[in-house]
Amino acid sequence: MDKKSLVSISDLSKEEIVGLLNKAAEFEKNPNQRILQGKVVATLFFEPSTRTRLSFETAVNRLGGRVIGFSDAKTSSQSKGETLKDTIMMVSNYADVIVMRHYLEGAARYASEISPVPIVNAGDGANQHPSQTMLDLYSIYKTQGTLENQVITMVGDLKYGRTVHSLLEAMRFWKPRFNFVACEELKMPDKYKRFCEMHGIEYRETTDFSEEVINESDILYMTRVQGERFSDVLEYERTKSLYTLHNDMLKSSKPNLKVLHPLPRITEISQDVDDNPKAYFFQQAKNGLYARQAILCRALGID
Amino acid sequence: MVKDKKELAVAALKNGTVIDHIPSESLFQVVDLLGLQKLTSNVTIGFNLSSSEMGKKGIIKIADIEYPEDMLNRIALIAPTAVINIIKDYDVVEKRKVSLPDSLIDIVKCPNPKCISNNEPMRTRFDVVSHKPLSLRCHFCECVASAAEITLK
Repeated sequence: MDKKSLVSISDLSKEEIVGLLNKAAEFEKNPNQRILQGKVVATLFFEPSTRTRLSFETAVNRLGGRVIGFSDAKTSSQSKGETLKDTIMMVSNYADVIVMRHYLEGAARYASEISPVPIVNAGDGANQHPSQTMLDLYSIYKTQGTLENQVITMVGDLKYGRTVHSLLEAMRFWKPRFNFVACEELKMPDKYKRFCEMHGIEYRETTDFSEEVINESDILYMTRVQGERFSDVLEYERTKSLYTLHNDMLKSSKPNLKVLHPLPRITEISQDVDDNPKAYFFQQAKNGLYARQAILCRALGID
Repeated sequence: MVKDKKELAVAALKNGTVIDHIPSESLFQVVDLLGLQKLTSNVTIGFNLSSSEMGKKGIIKIADIEYPEDMLNRIALIAPTAVINIIKDYDVVEKRKVSLPDSLIDIVKCPNPKCISNNEPMRTRFDVVSHKPLSLRCHFCECVASAAEITLK
């Protein structure tokens, strides 16, 4: 694989992750630079994702590069039956790096193996979304001053949520302790619990989203419980209310606690949390800009 | 007389490859995997032969062809008990069990319908996570498949 592509967070060593975090911190101090001047970045969104696309395109624009691409496969030749390979080969004639979002799992890995230019994965189905993981890591690093020895409580959909899985895997270098809070139907898959055991990572599983769990946490990582995961509407409504964070639940939490959420949020964090200084999800999304600036520079070999 | 009949069933080969101890139920998959239908040389296929170890077994004898080791090792996926005999001038010059390679290129179909490899004209690739019990990981979508979920391409 091309070393400069970023397909999965597990492709990165500890040193590379730290390097990207330091680079992101530099961009936060000075987000407007001309270092991508003369570069063309393609954003190929075979599946719409406005949030991620705007973040990547802003990252390019603030560094003086130009963007080409499409935001929906309906407007590309994909709708005429063109293969992914042909699209990638065509676009690589024009662009210096390709940022791609695809509804099929493994699409970015395949593209990285056929493309003459680096590929940055902006999400491939339910599989990987490494720039999200980088911004999560950056948010933890920035708010806690370190990634070491954090108590991270993950809440909500731990079964299907790819962001929690990738974050869990990426944190293996920094001796975290996890609390997994979810209902039986959406609990952390065995595969990831085995991953923790293999890496000597302590974890606790509970179905009870209690203040006791919140009060020992440094990071509270909330996720959306999606209706389509449930066959029973009543069960969904019941589960949703059990894993909703309200402001009064944070009253005895640690002073350094930050509440993270990959967004979009629906009801799992109630609006009264927004004004609490521990609410960090909007800044977290903003950190995505700096993390993506760092990722694009790595892909293009710009120090 | 009985002995003669048995010898007829496994007639000797001058030069070539004998694949023995194939589970009967996997025999024709092995035939497909090696593309024996396309060969012009002499091929003997024995099906449901009695075996003291296996009950029933399959055997394939291919005259005048020696396969590369990695090609024969693909058989391990569907017939892990298979034994390869290389024959030269009626003598067995090499005898070994098949062993599964670390990665399988374009042999197995990914069980995940949302995997790119099921939606694009491309070669599949699986890495072996564990041999016993068999478990493979798709190089592309990263899903892990057990023996029961695996189908040949």
